[in-house]
Amino acid sequence: MSNLKLRKLKNKIFHGLVLSSTLFALIVLIVLLSDIVMDGYKWLSIDFFKNFTSRFPERAGIKAGLFGSLWIIVITASVSFPVGVGAALYLEEYAPKNWFTNIIQINISNLAGVPSIVFGILGLGVFVNTFGFGRSILSGGLTLALLILPIIIVSAQEALRSVPKDLKHGAYALGCTKWQVITGVVLPYAIPGILTGTIISIARALGETAPLIMVGAVTFAAFTPESIFDSFTTLPMQIYSWTSRPQADFHNLAAAAIIVLLAVLLTANALAVLLRDKYQDRIKG
Amino acid sequence: MNAKMEINNLNFYYGDFKALKDINMKIEENKVTALIGPSGCGKSTFLRTLNRMNDLIEGTRHEGEILYEGQDIYSPKVDVVELRKKIGMVFQKPNPFPKSIYENVAFGPKRHGIKNKAKLDEIVEKSLKGAALWDEVKDRLNTSAWALSGGQQQRLCIARALAMEPDVLLMDEPTSALDPVATLKIEELIDELKNNYTIIIVTHSMQQAGRISDNTAFFLMGELIEFGETKKIFSNPSDKRTEDYITGRFG
Ligand SMILES: Nc1ncnc2c1ncn2[C@@H]1O[C@H](COP(=O)(O)OP(=O)(O)O)[C@@H](O)[C@H]1O
Ligand SMILES: [Mg+2]
Repeated sequence: MSNLKLRKLKNKIFHGLVLSSTLFALIVLIVLLSDIVMDGYKWLSIDFFKNFTSRFPERAGIKAGLFGSLWIIVITASVSFPVGVGAALYLEEYAPKNWFTNIIQINISNLAGVPSIVFGILGLGVFVNTFGFGRSILSGGLTLALLILPIIIVSAQEALRSVPKDLKHGAYALGCTKWQVITGVVLPYAIPGILTGTIISIARALGETAPLIMVGAVTFAAFTPESIFDSFTTLPMQIYSWTSRPQADFHNLAAAAIIVLLAVLLTANALAVLLRDKYQDRIKG
Repeated sequence: MNAKMEINNLNFYYGDFKALKDINMKIEENKVTALIGPSGCGKSTFLRTLNRMNDLIEGTRHEGEILYEGQDIYSPKVDVVELRKKIGMVFQKPNPFPKSIYENVAFGPKRHGIKNKAKLDEIVEKSLKGAALWDEVKDRLNTSAWALSGGQQQRLCIARALAMEPDVLLMDEPTSALDPVATLKIEELIDELKNNYTIIIVTHSMQQAGRISDNTAFFLMGELIEFGETKKIFSNPSDKRTEDYITGRFG
């Protein structure tokens, strides 16, 4: 009996422990968020979105950062999505299972864990200098595309692997070619998972600063880009630059910009979840 | 007798493992041929060699020949895509695509170049009728196939195969995942289908083989022990092992 009591006690203690670590994480998050919202919400106004940054906090806004982020993300997404899905398709459906494929696979998984600053150095060396794209949106977008490519590949591979063999074989048995099986069965089934992974990766790219500092994003931009060869700033860069100023007002401005950035990221993540649920329902019918 | 397919000295290997040993068999046209035997004896492997589905499994190879209308199906002259159009397959577990009922049946024809909507409508109706499913689904062709019952899903898979206008139908334990009522429906359907198709069916149930087949092949550990008329095999088998199996003494 006492043994049973002891086990029950242990169970309770463990339950308490995991519960308190969850609560701890939650409380830290709430404190952080409320601190930011308290500092920042007064500064959120229409003008805050319409103005460029300025030496005077009351006239400063995030227009340059918003547009810069948008341009960057369009480039990042339009490069990393097709390349990532293509690579995942090759690895899952076409690549022979040999040591060479294995090496590629291990490398991709490892690349997903490389610090983002390293991709920044690579971007500086390859895109800015060697290719001569300069400190431009193109260099920034391509660098971020490289950064999230491994994550997109790995998550797309997982989505492709989740396609039941039964379904593929069903299509092959109807005399479909491999390409028809991929477009007719594999991709329709896997696309929600692929999109979810892509959106989450792109959300990560949206919040990056370190690699963009390396490829030369500016911190004081009073313009919106007009071509992919223009220089740029992004929302996180703007936040970074404001927080490094001494005046308290700029810190509050930064808080307001963080609220905007968080809103964008949460929306993106919500979209990813929605997409997944919607398609899952459709598939289950 | 008119042989639709002829299997000569067929050996089949998964890597080093020899799963089929020197199989010789003639498949009669417009007849139902049942493949029976204890699990693991190679029935599915044999069935999958007939439409080259084993090509999809890495590290497999075969020896011997499988003639379909006089031509070795493994010959380089044979296009596997064309072959699978002619030799359709129904799987053990119903595997409709996560699409509408209509799209499931139209899937094959569409991918073989039929685009005309009226023509597709016609194929879908004809195939669903052929699989005895039309009356149950004609009012909801655009709803998801995954919402159908297991038995309906299996008949949908049969309709999907029929839509390719095949010549031979391979079925791997098509009723093993179904309840008795759904099983009976499929058995009746098979009896109907054999007027127009040559059917080869794997079954784990001796009663089923007895009810629906004209010829029966008994496999044991990769070998074809006995092959002949179902009546003869069940009433007067010539091999002791066949007798032991059908009387339930092992398996
Ligand atoms: N993909 C595979 N790889 C390796 N061995 C297999 C594979 N499929 C089946 N086998 C082996 O081949 C033998 C016959 O299997 P199978 O044809 O599935 O038998 P049955 O359908 O009669 O139950 C079994 O010993 C099984 O383990
Ligand atoms: Mg089997």
